[in-house]
Amino acid sequence: MKKFIDKLIEGLLKLSGTVTGITVLLIIVFLFKEGSGLFQSSTVEKGYTLLVNSENPIDKLSPEELKHIFDGEIENWKQVGGRDEAIRIFRFDEIFSIYTDDELGEDYDLIPEKLGEVIHTNPGIIAYIPQKYAAKNSRGIKELIQEKIGLSDYFLGEEWLPTATPAPLFGILPLLFGTLLVSFIAILIAIPLGVGVAIYLAEIANERIRKLLKPAIELLAGIPSVVYGFFGLVVLVPIVQKTGGLDLGETAFTGSLILAIMALPTIISIAEDALRTTPKAMRDASLALGANKWQTIYKVVIPFASSGIAAAVVLGVGRAIGETMAVLMVTGNAAVIPHSMFESVRTIPATIAAELGEAPSGGTHYQALFLLGAVLFIITLTISIVAEIISSRKMIKE
Amino acid sequence: MKKLILALSIISIAFGCNTANKKETVTIKGSDTVLPLTQEEMEAYQEKHPEAAISVTGGGSGVGIAALLSGTTDIAQSSRKIKFDEKLKLEESGKEVHEVLIAYDALSIVIHPDNQVSKLTREQLEDIFTGKTTNWKEVGGEDLKIIPYARETSSGTYEFFKESVLKDKNYMNGILSMPATGGIIQSISQTKGAIGYVGFAYVNNKVKDIHVSYDNGKTYIEPTVENVKNESYPIVRPLFYYYTNLHETGKSFIDFILSSEGQKVVSKVGYITLNK
Repeated sequence: MKKFIDKLIEGLLKLSGTVTGITVLLIIVFLFKEGSGLFQSSTVEKGYTLLVNSENPIDKLSPEELKHIFDGEIENWKQVGGRDEAIRIFRFDEIFSIYTDDELGEDYDLIPEKLGEVIHTNPGIIAYIPQKYAAKNSRGIKELIQEKIGLSDYFLGEEWLPTATPAPLFGILPLLFGTLLVSFIAILIAIPLGVGVAIYLAEIANERIRKLLKPAIELLAGIPSVVYGFFGLVVLVPIVQKTGGLDLGETAFTGSLILAIMALPTIISIAEDALRTTPKAMRDASLALGANKWQTIYKVVIPFASSGIAAAVVLGVGRAIGETMAVLMVTGNAAVIPHSMFESVRTIPATIAAELGEAPSGGTHYQALFLLGAVLFIITLTISIVAEIISSRKMIKE
Repeated sequence: MKKLILALSIISIAFGCNTANKKETVTIKGSDTVLPLTQEEMEAYQEKHPEAAISVTGGGSGVGIAALLSGTTDIAQSSRKIKFDEKLKLEESGKEVHEVLIAYDALSIVIHPDNQVSKLTREQLEDIFTGKTTNWKEVGGEDLKIIPYARETSSGTYEFFKESVLKDKNYMNGILSMPATGGIIQSISQTKGAIGYVGFAYVNNKVKDIHVSYDNGKTYIEPTVENVKNESYPIVRPLFYYYTNLHETGKSFIDFILSSEGQKVVSKVGYITLNK
């Protein structure tokens, strides 16, 4: 009987391990599968097409050119390598103001024909219309070649305009730099503070203070991030704005401050544990040799705990990079490549959280967001591996 | 491995039973803008029909319509018109989409209360949000940098503002965007040069709303209930329900919203009723 129970428990443990493993694997596969579809999609929004007059020598336009044309910044075909002709933008809805419903026929049967007429008579036209209504094989009309979204459009693109029509722009550089900048400054603030507090707790503070302070710091980790975000928005943002004399307070720096506070508990408790694992014999030896307390701390204890401290820092970075809500609320979320830390930035997690809910499922925007998730996953995975290497380095030395 | 299969089959059987015994519940999913309205409507409806089971969740217009496609919701609530792509997908899967207009929502343009500017034309707003106008003195205010705030890129409000005010042009590169209306109001009340847009019902005394002109400055209209109702205020958007096929409870719920009683709830929540 006892043997059977042992077997059963063993089996259950094995099962839970397998299920967890498979779940994690499935999530990763899912992430990459959903994201990779992006590069098979064309740059123009799905279900739509771009038509020009057949006498127009232009065959294709890049997403950036399309954006400038439809924003009215490029007004002549000459600017994109065509003839000297004013660009006339035509959106589908305009057909209803040119023709009456009667002229468009029952069930709008005649739309393709009428569209053809419009395009044929306007040499400078560029029409953005549903594929369904595009006139097939009629004279005087040319369809622009639809290119696929390229790797460089995504990974080296400098503009993130996921809902721009006709061609959304999915450049992740602003988001990537935003994430890295916010996390980097956060860690610059958090490391000295965190390690300092850890040394104080482990070496200097007496037992009573330590018993009071350590749970209080660990409590910080239990505060929901949205509460940190709200605190940041209402308290930190005005402070940063006033003391810096800035136009606005929602900056990368504000986000870093919040992240630093959030990363502190992780850094402090892991670093403190590492410091306390220094064997008593080593401390005693150092003191016996005539070193005072300070010399012991920074010549013996810190070097011994260095890999543990490094691991604490790296885990803190991991926490900062993946943090979503707090950053979403205080950084202003402007998708531009930041030039200083007092500019508004948009981070990857914030982008995913803010946009996924409204992105049409399965569309290019949806895929682009999943791929962002994959990018974030790779970043945090790298950090975890680095942490693993650093903390195992001590073992190798021994 | 055998045990895994066993466990999975137990789970699937459990779920199978679940769906078989399912009561006739109406699920409504989608836009967070429509969410408070639907909740209020649901409460009012259930007072009269206590047996009706309705469940409401938010998540965003896109989530709602995606759920309609996958069949996990009966009604999708949306603060934007269904996209052509989404409609096409639903039709491809053999579902016919029905659209019900349930209410209107007006958008107010808001600025910091200390800002002296009190009226703007649509063209000026377009220039501000596309980044062509960058200083308040260009539109009659003091010498102060303009800081425009937008909603998140994929929210229905963002799209609507882009269509109606920016005439489909893109926002300036790197516009500040906030995840929620509350965030916009908070930020604008803290930043002197700020300008943003929020749902009409959300305006409070921490921000100032401005009068808008859609006829090149001939008339400036204040966003008030009367002006929205008599159609003189221009920035008004429709709120929709989408469904493919619906059983009795769902239909009667929609009928309730469209009834005069349901429309009373609409104005109570702060949206604009259909019968203007």
